[in-house]
Amino acid sequence: MIRRLIAGVPARALLLLGVLFICFAAAPWFVGDYLLTVLILILYSAYTGQAWNIMMGFAGQLSLGHALYVGLGAYTAAALYVHFGLGPWIGLAVAVPVASLTGAFVGFLAFRFRVAGVYFAILTIAFAEFARVGFDHLGWTNASSGLFLPVAQYAYNDLWQLRGHPVMFYYVLLAATALAFVFCRALLKSRVGYFWLAIREDEEAARSAGIDTFHYKMVAVVISAAMTSFAGVVYAFYYNNLFPEQVFNISRSIDIILGPIVGGIGTLFGPILGSFVIEIIGEGLRSLLELFGIDVPGIKQVVFGVVLLLVVLAMPDGVWPWLVRKLGLTERRA
Amino acid sequence: MNELLSVNGVTKHFRGLLAVDKATFDVAEGEIFAVIGPNGAGKTTLFNMIAGAYAPDGGSISFAGERIENLAPDQICRRGIARTFQIVRPFPALTVEENVIIGALLHHDDVDEARERAHFLLRRLELYDKRLQIASSLTLPDRKRMELARALATEPKLLLLDEVMAGLRPTEIDRIVAILRELNRETGLTILLIEHVMRAVMALASRILVLHHGAVIAHGKPNAVVRNTAVIDSYLGAEAVS
Repeated sequence: MIRRLIAGVPARALLLLGVLFICFAAAPWFVGDYLLTVLILILYSAYTGQAWNIMMGFAGQLSLGHALYVGLGAYTAAALYVHFGLGPWIGLAVAVPVASLTGAFVGFLAFRFRVAGVYFAILTIAFAEFARVGFDHLGWTNASSGLFLPVAQYAYNDLWQLRGHPVMFYYVLLAATALAFVFCRALLKSRVGYFWLAIREDEEAARSAGIDTFHYKMVAVVISAAMTSFAGVVYAFYYNNLFPEQVFNISRSIDIILGPIVGGIGTLFGPILGSFVIEIIGEGLRSLLELFGIDVPGIKQVVFGVVLLLVVLAMPDGVWPWLVRKLGLTERRA
Repeated sequence: MNELLSVNGVTKHFRGLLAVDKATFDVAEGEIFAVIGPNGAGKTTLFNMIAGAYAPDGGSISFAGERIENLAPDQICRRGIARTFQIVRPFPALTVEENVIIGALLHHDDVDEARERAHFLLRRLELYDKRLQIASSLTLPDRKRMELARALATEPKLLLLDEVMAGLRPTEIDRIVAILRELNRETGLTILLIEHVMRAVMALASRILVLHHGAVIAHGKPNAVVRNTAVIDSYLGAEAVS
């Protein structure tokens, strides 16, 4: 198993990966509170980007509504906590099936009735919007007034209840991102991974090679939705407040896809690197402007747009494939 | 003679156009069967119906004794019919090896086993040295052979080849002809091919079917078919028989 996961990966790449992981693991001792929140944001974005990448980067199905699965995960876990006192991990056990079934429903409608490409993307937006409007009127989750979790006590870290210091959330997200990375690598090197790539490259040809494309596209959506819902659970317990207007907003869906697009769609490292690049540039510029006493609301979004534009023009495959060539690591764009 | 494929009165319309008109023929197990005819005769339409890309408007298609005319392309492939495309359709961003592994994974759950199978076929089709190249960087003859390898990797009983020789130079045609003949002789693979290159058709086919405006105008042994006056008038032209 492990042998297969690292087969064909140069020793240099493995070494760099190890060093990177150690840096991440040690980071909380060296950074302040502000930088820690930025790092949490990066990991969150890397994890959700990795989950989205399964659908788009591997199976070629463009989802522009992944906020749906984040929101469902967040609301499911938060509502169970607020109403029944059930902890986040039990919430997760409910959130994953909820998100998976929703993903399966969206996928079934789309793939059964041959809704593909741009039309599929529009359908995913539509479902996220349905959820936003629906939750805006759902009394059980406090509708548009928002659902609030009792604010965390930072006195001690309770991993079981996900109550505690941001450092704990940092490590939870770090573990999730690392696991997602390994999991995606395993998927990509398995039978289903090859079939996804075939579907992404040419669905007609994939069918002619005997691949049940409906089945494998469904698998991609369900796995991606399930993984994304975990990010939602963490989101709910980290921010402690949920508003449909925010959680299901299309801009959240766009946030999710920025990392992988900038880093490199279909690559394993793209979502991680891309999240880094955009957050560092976005936050960096904001801090720089603050230093000069200039406060420009929305500057981050503008920066995201500019970065996206530059990447699309200069490195359409993303930053990671370019960096791989520069560093001489031979992980080909999968 | 044991029929592997039976096409009975198959018809296909595209709006007002009658693309295939009650085509009837059988392909015997182990034979190489060619479908020829002028452009627009309905050859590729016929082919697409066998491969499941289109459902016929009328008639039936049986493969190994079972009706297949309403099955989807992937189901047909799993029953043992593999195809190539007239305009090659590789998985462009993947390597040659990965393209063929995907075909081999149909019957091998294990990726390493599928890779071994792919290597075997790539050696056979003289593409082994190029296995790590990206498919989109290959030349047309290489891409055609790669697509052939991908189709063979699904371990078909019947191989459908849609103008696999088109656009190739005579030496490359002879190379593919030799490979196909070898596969047919050694593994008993049945081949149904659409071809314009008469040099290849005459070298390979045990029987030929001629389509013209969707209808079968001749059917039989190669030497008899090429002397058929209807075939000469509609397709080959008088200079072909000398």
